[in-house]
Amino acid sequence: MSYSTDFVSASSAFLRPSAQLFAQLSGLKRSLINYLGLVCLLLSFAPSIQAASSLDTIIIDRGVDEPIRISIVPFAAPESLSDEANLANIVAFDLARSGQFDPLASENMLSYPSTRQAVFFRDWRILKSAYLVIGRAQPLPERDKVFVEFELYDVAAERLLESRDFTIDRSQWRDVGHKIADLVYAKITGVQGAFSTKILYVLAKDAGSRDARFQLEVADADGARARTLYSSSEPILSASWSPDGKRVAYVSFETGRPSIILQDIDGPYRERLTNFKGINSSPVFSPDGKSLAMVLSRGGDPEIFVMNIASRKLRRITRHHGIDTEPSWSPDGKSIVFTSDRGGRPQIYQVELATNFLERLTFIGDYNARARLLPDGKHLVFVHRRNGVFHIAWQDLEKDSLLVLTATDLDESPSLAPNGAMLMYATQDQGRGILAVVSIDGRVKYRLPSSAGDVREPAWSPFLPDVLSAN
Amino acid sequence: MQTQSRLSRLALSVLAALFIAGCSSTATEPVDQQEPVEQAPEVVAPEVVEVVSDFAEDDTTPVDESGQPISRTFYFEYDKAILNPSDLATLEVHAQILVRNSDRSVVVQGHCDERGTREYNLALGERRAAAISSFLRSAGVGSRQIEVVSYGEERPQNPAHNSGAWAENRRAVLEYR
Repeated sequence: MSYSTDFVSASSAFLRPSAQLFAQLSGLKRSLINYLGLVCLLLSFAPSIQAASSLDTIIIDRGVDEPIRISIVPFAAPESLSDEANLANIVAFDLARSGQFDPLASENMLSYPSTRQAVFFRDWRILKSAYLVIGRAQPLPERDKVFVEFELYDVAAERLLESRDFTIDRSQWRDVGHKIADLVYAKITGVQGAFSTKILYVLAKDAGSRDARFQLEVADADGARARTLYSSSEPILSASWSPDGKRVAYVSFETGRPSIILQDIDGPYRERLTNFKGINSSPVFSPDGKSLAMVLSRGGDPEIFVMNIASRKLRRITRHHGIDTEPSWSPDGKSIVFTSDRGGRPQIYQVELATNFLERLTFIGDYNARARLLPDGKHLVFVHRRNGVFHIAWQDLEKDSLLVLTATDLDESPSLAPNGAMLMYATQDQGRGILAVVSIDGRVKYRLPSSAGDVREPAWSPFLPDVLSAN
Repeated sequence: MQTQSRLSRLALSVLAALFIAGCSSTATEPVDQQEPVEQAPEVVAPEVVEVVSDFAEDDTTPVDESGQPISRTFYFEYDKAILNPSDLATLEVHAQILVRNSDRSVVVQGHCDERGTREYNLALGERRAAAISSFLRSAGVGSRQIEVVSYGEERPQNPAHNSGAWAENRRAVLEYR
């Protein structure tokens, strides 16, 4: 419990908000806790860049039993940068969301060192902080450029574990914050951090009315910096990242029927890839980026196809009069898992592309769908119905054990972080579509609602090329 | 509205009869030489083009013999794509209209409630629409007259999240073109 209260104040302290804003935050915190019975709540603020449609992020579960205590000291920065330089806040919030870290509130720190000379390790040992991050930001003579550097220390050993410096544009505060969080996370846990990744999702405004508006959005993995890639009065669904993170494939009803669209994330390219009679849907890039698995029902019933993107040649993978849909690739690209009701109820199957060898993977429950394999290829996450309620479940394919990860209803569209540590999914909260994240062991949860409408269909990006120039 | 529609049908039959009679008479009788009047075309136009229609004045709402709009929405059980027996008579009427109007086509939209995954529901919605399409074809409608489009759970009739709304949303809708 101390974790939660500590961290709420930590985020506020990092912001150094006005008394008024602090009061608002505290009030919001109380009301939500009262209403939802939240264990812990945390709001992310980056006033200079957060767009109106960005997602809010609220931590609702405290995570692992003994999270690692870490202190991220507010970075030293001259007055001219102070509005933007809440780097420590971004780093702390990233690490807290992983559930594995418990960042110390800055107001509880005994000192605010920004250089090695000013660090007294005894202070941090008293605070039971296992790790310490300090840093500095300095404007460069070159216009709009800033020099940022940080150091990570092991407090017990009094040893420098990591240090890095960057030259960034003033628009890249969040990028460098996420980057530092990635480096700290990787150094301490041994797992590559996924804080610099992005998410795609669909924002639906006035869904169910004649004025419904559908927007394909891309945002930071924490929901900040959202922007619209495509907007339509017709539905959008099933967005999928290319493995290089440069393109998205998705389904749009813009022609009055579903068609598959291929589009640049940052460029002008946009093309309707298929517009066959019937269903054109569920596009998913192969791991090598050369092919798209998809569902077409031009022959009368939905079947899995693989399209070579360069030649546009189609190869039919399934051949069954039942529903075959929701393909996704094994990490090695050699097989496809998909949903089929060929056994009477929707279950997950896997087909080897070279041999057409087909195997049923799920046997527990009468509704298992929309599966994704973990990066190790040995575990599966999918939508699982239990007692009429739809949850996200995880299955060990070797042991055949099944673990239900979520406790809400109408949970769908699980999408894995590229490091396999967390997954994002869509669910509902008080009748509103929201995104939520759960760790792969089910212990850490946070949610990302949007004040702009219903959000759904999340797709977590692969690891993206570094946008920062390390010096 | 319905009475009006019925009356207009009667009027059309009468007009058609008059038109045939009129043709034979104008051929023999001398016509008065009058100066052309500016408003003249407005008066004659409706008599020539209209034929008996299976559609209301908007030309997309199918109507029965008495001019009543025919239901275009058909509901389904949860996770099922089986036609409700009580809908078959209405579907038969749609089939007859499409057979009589072979130049007309219909889009059969399939919809689902929000439970279950979106892509699976897209497939389920297509199955529902296909059940309607199959019935219409077996009743003599040309397959070229029918297009099946599934919206899955993306276009709910009722956006609420309860069993009443779900029942409204599990449907297939005929849209005449």
